[in-house]
Amino acid sequence: MTVQEIGTPRRRVEDARLVTGRTRWTDNMQPPGTLYVAFLRSPMAHARINSVNVSAAKSRPNVVAVLTGADFADEQGSLPCAWPVTEDMKHPAHPPMAVDEVRYVGEPVACVVARDRYAAADALEAIDVDYEPLPAVVDMEEALKEGSPLVHEDLGTNKCYTWVFENGDLDAAMRDAPVVIERRYVQQRLIPTAMEPRAVLCVPEGDDFTVYSATQIPHILRLMLATVTGIPEHRLRVVAPDVGGGFGSKLQVYGEEVLCLLLARRLGRPVKWTESRSEGNMAVHHGRDQIQRLRLAADRDGRIRGLKVDLLADMGAYLMLVTPGIPLLGAFMFNGIYKMDAYSFTCTGVFTTKTPTDAYRGAGRPEATFAIERLMDELAAELGLDPIEVRRRNWIRHEEFPYETVAGLTYDSGHYEAATDKALQLFEYDKLRAEQADRRERRDPVQLGIGVSTYTEMCGLAPSRVLGSLSYGAGGWEHASVRVLPSGKVEVVTGSSAHGQGHETAWAQIAADRLGVPFEDVKVLHGDTAVSPKGMDTYGSRSLAVGGVALYGACDKVIDKARKVAAHLLEADENDLEFSGGRFHVKGVAEQGRTLQEVAAAAFAAHDLPEGLEPSLDAEVTYDPDNFSFPHGTHLCAAEVDTETGMVRLRTYVAVDDVGKVVNPLIVEGQVHGGLAQGIAQALYEEAVYDAEGNLTTTTMADYLVPSAADLPEFTTDRTETPATSNPLGVKGVGEAGTIASTPAVVNAIVDALRPYGVRDVPMPCTPERVWRALQGDGAPEGGPQPGAAGGLGSVQGGDAQ
Amino acid sequence: MTRVRVEVDGVTYEDDVEPRLLLVHYLRDRLGKVGTPIGCDTTNCGACTVLLDGVSVKSCSVLAVQADGRQVTTVEGLGIDGTLHPLQRAFHEEHALQCGFCTPGMIMAALDLLRENAAPSDEEIREGLEGNLCRCTGYQNIVRAVRRAAREMRTPAQEREVTS
Repeated sequence: MTVQEIGTPRRRVEDARLVTGRTRWTDNMQPPGTLYVAFLRSPMAHARINSVNVSAAKSRPNVVAVLTGADFADEQGSLPCAWPVTEDMKHPAHPPMAVDEVRYVGEPVACVVARDRYAAADALEAIDVDYEPLPAVVDMEEALKEGSPLVHEDLGTNKCYTWVFENGDLDAAMRDAPVVIERRYVQQRLIPTAMEPRAVLCVPEGDDFTVYSATQIPHILRLMLATVTGIPEHRLRVVAPDVGGGFGSKLQVYGEEVLCLLLARRLGRPVKWTESRSEGNMAVHHGRDQIQRLRLAADRDGRIRGLKVDLLADMGAYLMLVTPGIPLLGAFMFNGIYKMDAYSFTCTGVFTTKTPTDAYRGAGRPEATFAIERLMDELAAELGLDPIEVRRRNWIRHEEFPYETVAGLTYDSGHYEAATDKALQLFEYDKLRAEQADRRERRDPVQLGIGVSTYTEMCGLAPSRVLGSLSYGAGGWEHASVRVLPSGKVEVVTGSSAHGQGHETAWAQIAADRLGVPFEDVKVLHGDTAVSPKGMDTYGSRSLAVGGVALYGACDKVIDKARKVAAHLLEADENDLEFSGGRFHVKGVAEQGRTLQEVAAAAFAAHDLPEGLEPSLDAEVTYDPDNFSFPHGTHLCAAEVDTETGMVRLRTYVAVDDVGKVVNPLIVEGQVHGGLAQGIAQALYEEAVYDAEGNLTTTTMADYLVPSAADLPEFTTDRTETPATSNPLGVKGVGEAGTIASTPAVVNAIVDALRPYGVRDVPMPCTPERVWRALQGDGAPEGGPQPGAAGGLGSVQGGDAQ
Repeated sequence: MTRVRVEVDGVTYEDDVEPRLLLVHYLRDRLGKVGTPIGCDTTNCGACTVLLDGVSVKSCSVLAVQADGRQVTTVEGLGIDGTLHPLQRAFHEEHALQCGFCTPGMIMAALDLLRENAAPSDEEIREGLEGNLCRCTGYQNIVRAVRRAAREMRTPAQEREVTS
């Protein structure tokens, strides 16, 4: 008998190799004759390259080749940007290796190919580059001013594009609005920091090349490498072996990947490059980096009238794979879970002399969610309402789904009331509010704050027609095939490419559940373009909601075909057959049946098949979703803030998420935990810092604070389950939800703790110094902070909020 | 070149190495012991943690020559005859890994932590693993796994001490 697999907390099959060290990381591979590459990178934010002298480096022992941008100029092409968001978007050329000019610290200018890593690194020091410094462009607002130095002189501007979305009469909404909240929030620049540094190994085999890369996107990478290098696509195989995390940073076509491929072609030998963390911090694309100007109009009762969003988004020095589109993923999310009459969104992309930005966990939606959830708390404070109450007055009620939002999306399902009620109960909200009041009363130096975040997000990227309407360069479908082998064992091939998400387990559960075969009889194959012929890879919480649904469909197709064979073998009408527990039987005659395994053997032998039916039991499906999926939830954070030191300690964190039907609750919980850690890290710890000359000062893990176990609290997680109605599995994405929800929950908690001191914002990351400075008033009257100095929860603030 | 003699996971190796060769590169590139990965270059992440004579070290900050005449244990040396070590089993059971890149180092650091403290509190586990970074799990299940393994690994005498 088979058990129900969907919904079971299966332990992961991936773990066996990962806990024993029998792994297949790209850097583990060392085919005979492998040469090692090291890159010389620009130490300047912006400079003209007058000359590069490599002769001393070339004469070093064990050095095979030393090459500069000029050497690659004829073959390296330009790195792709697949998302030209507007027709007049400025799109500068992006050579994988700089030729005449460097535009960010860390841009490759030369490379050494040597017998081992040490020889390659040594020879870098012997390369002499003559740079002529040019002015750095580090501040987006300055960059847009008349007379600013330009990142790309030939473009004549630092403005990349302006993209606008408007719906409803915003002027009417703003006019005479009793309450207007205006804020400027900064989404600091982040470094994604997957634990496995990037690595690439290119192996030439005649005219063919196999590229092993620590990538999230083997299929997209193959197409893009073919486009950039001119090597025909069918001569390229891309393998993503075990990949140690991505979080968006490996959703990219990197210059190093192109250059290693070109080196393998040039030298006819396997070529490998593995980055050091220090170069990775400079050269892996960064995330976030927005300045948000926000204006929210509401009625006295707290009902939102309209929202105006004006963004500046830092592109960095060049446009990478989806750089310009990332902020637009937020365009549809600034309204959150709330109803409003009017909405306008304007985003201006800006070039600076910094590392290019691109997708980082959440990609556009965390920024939007932060803005609206911070504004909701500010609105509550303005009106003297509880932050939960002000949200209740505005959110879409569960009976109103499907609901077309002011941003033009149709939310298929949701139950914000249920998730919030559950979270409030787990959190013991009233008890913590009472403690907060007590601490305020006592003027306790350690104040308690409660942060609320009721989020939704759009994921499961994406309906191809929607991507087309946004000028994205590809579709959003996913592919799956299911093969029942002659012995009855099952192979599942997915185009989704896991790098920690547990596909090998969850996909096997789906197939075992649908086909009624033992879990152990299913093997999941992925991450190799020679094995998995079609795919759109893994990002945007799309694996289950798109790839999993494709698999579900392929299983059904296998069962349909098997039914025909079984009916033939049983000499019965297929409509008279029932399929359960992996076996077909004639309705009402349980003993008269054939197992799926028996059918597979018959379909393999093909001695006696129904007329016109092809041998072998397999099927494939390419699934294009009709809609995004919209997970949602309520996160509550209690933070203790020491008003004397500025230190923040998270005391309680409750996350109730609704990700629809769950295939493996263990994996879902793990995704939420990890997401929370990254969202909290943005709120409290992480920031990529540049100095005025454009030098990145957080190049190591000693400077860029990825939190450790000691820096994070114990989370309380739970779920409500409102199935998605847009796919037959009822599933929604979960990979980014925790990150999207948690950042505003934490900052709201800190501000809530300090509101009696007149604090209404602390810029991220909320380090002790920044919290302390906010307490000093940042220009507020002298005399130090006093509780009650500027009102608090329950009192209406005057002044510049209007 | 310097001659070294190092025992790694029960096998003795003899090699001529450059004095500057890092232990982790010796393990990975020379011995093919690729179970120990490298996550950074400033000893912050702990992915490369191994035991040197039973004590945890970050093998990116130890030279191969410093391991001369000593015993190295990597994650590949845990568990006997295909059985998982209690820590490996606990990481699996508690879903304490996702991408798994930090896992070898995390397990080796936890092993050293439990050697010093057979019954750590959650807070002691978090502090004890402060030198090992994970980007996937948020650490919660790692803490659970170490707690679980600790329970299983305690000797009867240690168990009496904990419960008394």
